[in-house]
Amino acid sequence: MGFNDALIGLALVIFAIAEIAYSATFPSLHGQAYGPSLFPTIIGCGLIACGLVLIFRGLRARSQHARLAQSTQSESIESLDNPVWVQLGQWAHNPASRVNMLLVPVLLVAYILLSDSIGFIPLSVAILTVLLFRLGSSLLSSLLIAIVVTLVLQLLFAKVLLVPLPSGLLLPWLG
Amino acid sequence: MLASAIFGLFVGSIPGLTATMAAALLIPFTFFMDPVPAIAAIVTTVAMAIFAGDIPGALLRIPGTPASAAYCDEAYAMTRKGKVATALGVSLVCAAIGGVFGSAILAMTAPVLAEFAIKFSSYEYFWLACLGLSCAVVVSTGSTLKGLVSLLIGLFISTIGIDITAGHPRFAFGNPEMMGGISFIPAMIGMFAISEVLRFIAAPHKQESIPQQPIKNVFRGLGGIISTYKLNVMRGGVIGAVVGILPGAGSDIAAWIAYAMSKRFSKNRDKFGSGHVEGLVDAGTANNAGLAGAWVPALVFGIPGDSITAIVIGVLYMKGMNPGPTVFMQQPELIHAVFIVFFLANLALLPLGFIAIRLSRTILLVPRHVLIPIILMFCVVGSFAINNTVFGISVMLIMGILAYLMEENGFPVAPTILGIVLGTMLEDNFMSSMIKADGQFTEFFSRPIAAVLGVLVILIWTLPLLRFLLSSIRGEKTRFTN
Repeated sequence: MGFNDALIGLALVIFAIAEIAYSATFPSLHGQAYGPSLFPTIIGCGLIACGLVLIFRGLRARSQHARLAQSTQSESIESLDNPVWVQLGQWAHNPASRVNMLLVPVLLVAYILLSDSIGFIPLSVAILTVLLFRLGSSLLSSLLIAIVVTLVLQLLFAKVLLVPLPSGLLLPWLG
Repeated sequence: MLASAIFGLFVGSIPGLTATMAAALLIPFTFFMDPVPAIAAIVTTVAMAIFAGDIPGALLRIPGTPASAAYCDEAYAMTRKGKVATALGVSLVCAAIGGVFGSAILAMTAPVLAEFAIKFSSYEYFWLACLGLSCAVVVSTGSTLKGLVSLLIGLFISTIGIDITAGHPRFAFGNPEMMGGISFIPAMIGMFAISEVLRFIAAPHKQESIPQQPIKNVFRGLGGIISTYKLNVMRGGVIGAVVGILPGAGSDIAAWIAYAMSKRFSKNRDKFGSGHVEGLVDAGTANNAGLAGAWVPALVFGIPGDSITAIVIGVLYMKGMNPGPTVFMQQPELIHAVFIVFFLANLALLPLGFIAIRLSRTILLVPRHVLIPIILMFCVVGSFAINNTVFGISVMLIMGILAYLMEENGFPVAPTILGIVLGTMLEDNFMSSMIKADGQFTEFFSRPIAAVLGVLVILIWTLPLLRFLLSSIRGEKTRFTN
């Protein structure tokens, strides 16, 4: 997913201003001109400078692109900077891969929210099955691979490395 | 070590899975090991992965890791000429030679530098951190401006959490886990593994068909090639090690530079690109030598030479060891162990790499659309394991999406990693220097080494600016005369 440099620059500038404003609330060490807010402020100023240059470059790329498009009428103008505001990747044109792309963050957020109550094993099997199936395995083999991988992970991390993976619903059986 | 070797070969030879990702996936395990086996595992994995990246490069024209990208076309051209066995043999032997060469440089320079570095005070460290960060921006792939933005993002992330001088929580928004700071292991897993997962899902590759060519007698005729090009081997090794030592530039950049040098100084320049073995020798040596080179600044100063050593430094910190000259004094056995591991790993590359070449066809048949979800789940468990909280998974997800978006827009990721790792060191040393100097910034130039380093940093930043100004002035002049 490509953005025009100007948009990225704008986002950086807004972020940096908010960051500096927030840093200004930090207490300073008494008797010293610098404190916890010094570094965030320097970083923020740097980001603002870079953001402004990016905005300039993005706008210039756009205007150059427009001029070239007018003069040559050709559609294939190679430009290093992205002349369009937002250029969606290939995945956005295909509904199946669009769903897949959203699926990864959605599944991970689901895991983050639910792992304590539902537990690692059921969630892992579910996440793996869904993803494997969406990426082109058959339903049965997805389920089988998911179960095997989950058990291996459970064995490896919970039994060998002693990571307390959440038991959740299976607590009575896993102890 | 054997297990991590096999793991490394496997990950490296699968296109799209990089050596850095292999290291990131390994961290959860190293977390539960002693320092030496942990380092051994990472070194072996990465050395294997960098070589194994050549295999799909030669067979499919898809580099398995970015470090193989420089000469992937060359190797594939050799395959088309029916010389696949020679191509893989050369890259295997050169990888081993390069690795040993780099290890030798590491073993020779690191202790000397450490003796020198023991006298460093917070001023020198502040400038060193600056130097490392500046190099990371200047040598990073893509535009310098975007490299700088990437660095600033990394530095910002490093400021999250309790501040060191005043103990004030910054950007934590009252969240106790944020106050502890962004632990960088989940951050690395996110930036290197999750972003790859996303990239695969965004553009699924078809499984490629593999050329049906027998790969036999991998080692035949190699003696002749190596002795014809022994100068190239040396040059590749030196370039690799030097580029590796520069912070922010790793094996991939070493391979590109070595390949370009090889082409420029070659007698048969026109043969390059048509399946000529010379560039393969140079670049194949350079990328493995770069791996060891990157450890020099990491061990001596605690400044990572590339993203892999950034991970290593993270692992060492977790184990309560602060890489730096004191480690050389207090735990010399650890440093020696690292050297030995490097030599062993690169020697073990020969037999193991040979087996990997023989098995390459089977490895390449592993369907990636099955691997990707498994890797994802692995990352989830790995990020969880560091602190046993889901906070790690959130960090991983956010950093993964950030890294994906950054790379899609031409922002290099390596400076961010260095920013996260070095940010604390930079601020720490700056603050303690300032307190020592009573707010006088000139004190930063009062010690000779500090002054030299400081001037170097300033030069790195002003030279490109000056050149830019000069060329634009010259441009104005020519426009006037025309």
